[in-house]
Amino acid sequence: MFDRLSEGFNNAFRKLSGQSRLTEANIREAMDEVRTALLEADVQYDIVNDFCETVVQDALGEEVLKSVKPGQQMVGIVHKRLVELISQGDSQTPGILKASPGPTIIMACGLQGSGKTTTCAKLAGYLKKKNRSVLLAACDLQRPAAVEQLHTVADQVNRDIPSGPAVQFYGEPDKVAEYGKAVGVAVQVAQRAVLHAQKNNIDTVILDTAGRLHVNDDLMKELEAVRRTVQPHQIMLVVDAMTGQDAVNSARVFHERLAIDGVILTKFDSDTRGGAALTVKKVTGAPIKFIGVGEHLDKLEEFHAERIAGRILGMGDVVSLVEKAQEQVSDEDAERMAEKMAKGELTMDDFLDQMRSLRRMGPMKQLLGLLPGVGQMLKDVQIDDKQLDRVEGLVCSMTPEERRDVKVINHSRRKRIAAGAGQRQEAVGQLVKQFEMVSKMSKQMAGMSLKGRVKAAKELQQSGAAASLPGMAGLPGLGAGKRSTHTPSPKSRFKPRKRR
Amino acid sequence: MSFLKSIFGKVKQGLAKTRDTFIGGLRSLLLGKRLDEDLIRQLEAKLISADVGVKTTMRLVKGVREAYRSGKMQTGDEVLAYLKDELKTMWPEQDRALRFADAGSGKPTVILVAGVNGAGKTTSIAKLTKSLRDSGKTVLLGACDTFRAGAVRQLEIWSERLGVEVVKGQQGGDPAAVAFDACDAALARGVDVLVLDTAGRLHTQESLMRELGKIREIVARKIPGGPHETLLVLDATTGQNAVRQAEEFGRAVTVTGIFLAKLDGTAKGGVVIAIHDATGIPVKFVGVGERPEDVQPFDPEAFVEALFEVDQD
Repeated sequence: MFDRLSEGFNNAFRKLSGQSRLTEANIREAMDEVRTALLEADVQYDIVNDFCETVVQDALGEEVLKSVKPGQQMVGIVHKRLVELISQGDSQTPGILKASPGPTIIMACGLQGSGKTTTCAKLAGYLKKKNRSVLLAACDLQRPAAVEQLHTVADQVNRDIPSGPAVQFYGEPDKVAEYGKAVGVAVQVAQRAVLHAQKNNIDTVILDTAGRLHVNDDLMKELEAVRRTVQPHQIMLVVDAMTGQDAVNSARVFHERLAIDGVILTKFDSDTRGGAALTVKKVTGAPIKFIGVGEHLDKLEEFHAERIAGRILGMGDVVSLVEKAQEQVSDEDAERMAEKMAKGELTMDDFLDQMRSLRRMGPMKQLLGLLPGVGQMLKDVQIDDKQLDRVEGLVCSMTPEERRDVKVINHSRRKRIAAGAGQRQEAVGQLVKQFEMVSKMSKQMAGMSLKGRVKAAKELQQSGAAASLPGMAGLPGLGAGKRSTHTPSPKSRFKPRKRR
Repeated sequence: MSFLKSIFGKVKQGLAKTRDTFIGGLRSLLLGKRLDEDLIRQLEAKLISADVGVKTTMRLVKGVREAYRSGKMQTGDEVLAYLKDELKTMWPEQDRALRFADAGSGKPTVILVAGVNGAGKTTSIAKLTKSLRDSGKTVLLGACDTFRAGAVRQLEIWSERLGVEVVKGQQGGDPAAVAFDACDAALARGVDVLVLDTAGRLHTQESLMRELGKIREIVARKIPGGPHETLLVLDATTGQNAVRQAEEFGRAVTVTGIFLAKLDGTAKGGVVIAIHDATGIPVKFVGVGERPEDVQPFDPEAFVEALFEVDQD
């Protein structure tokens, strides 16, 4: 998401490295590129200028550290400032507070198409997992079928997220009217929804309001009326992460009229550089609470300024990756795998296991995007997860014996495997050949230094073996990967994909 | 293109809104002012704040700066004239009218509508449908958004309001199958235009982009020459990522035109210039409100005129 912003910073700091000290001239030169990167990332113009000026002043006062290169030192300063800007004044408590006495009332508002309804459902799911009872109230009486949509997603949340009390739905479909004709009715619906929650002892009410332009005075008044009448504990502004410079205007007006308590950024799984995050934060001062990272209703994550700033700087979101890996691979598994690789005893079954745990972590591209420095290289590369399907299909068509020792695969076996996987015989031959190569290589690599590993991985790519064994060659020794010093550089991990 | 002409009178009225927000600042910034470095910096800020994009802005401002330093340009008024010229030459002659099936073919025109989530596809389709209906064409809608909850119903409600029929499938069903059925229905009923609504998808979702490609292939197979128009609906509030959207959707389904939605806010819509620079895809329509009649054909000449022209009063 922030990949291309990171790219800009990297460019800027490449210029700085090699300089012996931070002078005003070279800082300013670097900041020019930072400025461009931020603007291209859609951070609002004035905010960009303020930010850059602060960084320059900071850097000027800074003594040049002997131990690090000027570029790295600047990264440190920019990173620190960026984190400050994104997390300024945030409380340490993430998530949604519980009001007492209840029910806790949350109101979601924002422009049309920012993703309010989906976000409300995701939020309901988030709270449900935390064992809170939620009432989703449909206060969007304008957009055709908005009430039905909320009802449907409420059911979906209950299906997709079984733990916790069932999410309930409140709507008055008979109050729906065409655009502009239902103004004000939403206030009463919101009121009745809250009463309904009180009567039924529901913990939290989430009000899904209609999308509106900040310049539409009537509709903004409606939100103000809802606010006065039901007094929500949290007013959430839902903002599309792809928003451009205008984020400054809409966020400002919403904040002025409603006093926003928190921000939820949606569609963060796009490749937007997401500068709107900085803009909205700066304008409202309200904490960015969550980010939406996918269409499915569990794709809502708590926002971490540190991580996002790290991504901006091209440091990658290693924390997320490690967390994901830990979810999927136990320490013992990792140890066992590392040992096997070292001894060259890797079997097709191990390979299949490894590939499957990789895949459980998410789509390859998303995964690799989390690696430092990889994101920007990946931007034009198509990573075909189907290729993994095909490899999996082939392995699954092998007998246990064949999986233990690929050497037994002869012509007739090859024919059978190909038929079983619905692929050509050559595909089987290729897989076997490449598997043997990777297996050999990983044995050698297990005893190598970091440098040696990188070199070996490069040779492996040149041999072409990597191309059809993405899980294996792309991330050599995922099992052993926990010993971070043995991990090859992101570049070498990435290269095979570019080749396709 | 009679239907375009019939509502052409509304263009100016709608663009006035854009002009006020987009260039209103520029006009007051430049007119009657002496040109200096400070004014050039303000000009740069204005363009960037309108989402024109750093690259395009820098190119425009560079021209101004050079002309200023060589003494060729001395007033803000000259800058305005220069920018107007620049922007006009940036839009080459392109057919911005909707493409229709050959009149003699007896086949329906198919318009495929795509875009990211929340861009405003369904509302834009309602607007398009009304325009087409008003120009005397018969329209059939295909509800290929089988993913989002309530999407089919949303299109249905519009179809009821506009008095057109809609072909739909099951929620969660195969959108390509709906496209298939919709093509069959369009052929059988002999309608003039079939408009296909698709699910919102982020351009980064490879599999969903392929699904869109499949829908396009189905249409091409059922109705040779179709889809005659593939419109990408873009939210005018979108920043530079809109360029990526245009590129990626262009790659997946060969976008033939852009429907720029939600231009009635304070968003300046300058990103269409950046999109044009990057992809050459013409903008065909702009959406300026919630009602089905809130649509105008996009005319770069008029657009630029409106951006820079000085009010008489």
